[in-house]
Amino acid sequence: MVEPVLQISNLVKNFGALRATDGVTLDLRPGEIHALIGPNGAGKSTLIHQICGTLRQDSGSIRFAGEDVGALSVAGRARLGLGRTFQVSSLAPEFSALRNVMLAVQAREGSSFRFFKPVMRDKGLIDTAMAMLERVGLTARARIPAAELSHGERRQLEIAMALALQSRAFLLDEPMAGMGPEGSKSLTRFLDTLRKEAPILLVEHDMDAVFALADRISVLVYGRIIATGTVEEIRRDPAVRTAYLGDHA
Amino acid sequence: MLSRENLVNLVLAATLLAVPLAANALGQPFYVTLATRIAILALAATGLNLALGLGGLVSFGHAAFFGIGGYAAGILATHGFSGDPLIFGLPGTNQMWVIWIVAVVVAGLVGLAIGAISLRTSGVYFIMITLAFAQMVYYFAVSWPAYGGEDGLSILVRNQFPGVMTMRPLSFFLICYVILLIGIGLFALIRASRFGSALQAARQNEVRVATVGIEPYRIRLTGFVISAMMTGLAGALFADLNRFVSPSMLSWHMSGELIVLIILGGTGRLFGPLAGAALYVAFEYALGGLTERWQFFLGLILLVVVLFARGGLLGLLAGKARHG
Repeated sequence: MVEPVLQISNLVKNFGALRATDGVTLDLRPGEIHALIGPNGAGKSTLIHQICGTLRQDSGSIRFAGEDVGALSVAGRARLGLGRTFQVSSLAPEFSALRNVMLAVQAREGSSFRFFKPVMRDKGLIDTAMAMLERVGLTARARIPAAELSHGERRQLEIAMALALQSRAFLLDEPMAGMGPEGSKSLTRFLDTLRKEAPILLVEHDMDAVFALADRISVLVYGRIIATGTVEEIRRDPAVRTAYLGDHA
Repeated sequence: MLSRENLVNLVLAATLLAVPLAANALGQPFYVTLATRIAILALAATGLNLALGLGGLVSFGHAAFFGIGGYAAGILATHGFSGDPLIFGLPGTNQMWVIWIVAVVVAGLVGLAIGAISLRTSGVYFIMITLAFAQMVYYFAVSWPAYGGEDGLSILVRNQFPGVMTMRPLSFFLICYVILLIGIGLFALIRASRFGSALQAARQNEVRVATVGIEPYRIRLTGFVISAMMTGLAGALFADLNRFVSPSMLSWHMSGELIVLIILGGTGRLFGPLAGAALYVAFEYALGGLTERWQFFLGLILLVVVLFARGGLLGLLAGKARHG
């Protein structure tokens, strides 16, 4: 079997008496889109925070790209190739779309301690960043400050930044949220091509997108994974139907 | 073509040069000294502007670096004058360039120590912890009798610079003016560089910086140290201007004054500190002649700037700051 890119084993996180993550085991294999679904309050955010490094787990392990990343900082995990987007876009608002991506390019090159060469005359840096913007269709908006971009454009910009990092895995936190039907459709098509770049752990509420994209789905309820399987298996699973899908499936 | 901001900058730089030249020609050395004071305070505030304007690090302790630069000049000059060795048998000196190097290195090292601890906090805690560190340095200077303690330390003869009559006000002004321009140029380079991008991004959104794989802490600490070094250099010049250094250079009033200069001139703007320093010194002089309570009026002006002109003087004259 191919070694998974991301391997989460028996992960536990408590907040006082509340067990927000309860022995989660989950993996992400090369080339796949693995969707993580679950009702509100299931502990999806807490799990994401532990994967990214903003929260430390109480026990269990997270291996990424062949390394135990449990003790690494957010930046350390990003340098290993964990690219993520946020539920609410997180960008440098005063910087243009271009400069946001340029930041990711320079981070990838590990060259943030250069003090004298102006970035806006650095052709290599600009060209690489522009290529990323072109891939997500933001070329025309390159010079617009991130704060002035539309909701959908900000999401595209975040993806361009994750691309610029040459990520080994993408962690997308509810990319469809607030996108509208047309936006969701085009984003779904885009994510379908993105999987060729690197596997995607997709946390999502939009069931149409999940069923269209996912190779495997894991269902998180009260901090536990109650089922993992293909779209068909999850649709048929009685525990999932009662806990979450209800009448939708 | 010259942008409006660059035009304003050019006018500011030219005026700062023209006024003392004219004053000197008219036999008014007092105005030369005033302009020197502006140049030095602008340099100190340009240093702080790196941390505060670019990095968003509201340091309320930059007087520590300013004063350390001042004491470096004072202590080296004292030993240079008396001939007593300083440490490890090394002598003092009256050569400015040696003093500048020592001031920059010592301020940088102290900046590294203070920054390494303070940058583990943020927001109000950062402001308070930098203030606390600066006050520690202040009380240390007050209670250290070897170098004048509370009374301060006089520099009997202004230090020397090869080929320049430093005692002539205009000559000393020109030294300070050139260093200020170099400091502003350095600020511009750093702001436009990859490091500057990371520093400014860390101010705008720390999570974003970490998410692309850059440690915000290291970026900020580096910025804080460079900032401390520039303010330290200004301190050495300030001591030479007054030929006197005292704990007042280290006091929290000084830290506050540097922040006020930046806010008056325009936070994060290239020539904001110079505009702020010019405004501040002009007020001090003009209003100070009319009333001892000139700082009350300064407070009013600061209030107006903060409420109605957030971009400071440069914001008013040159419009909003732009990023590429």
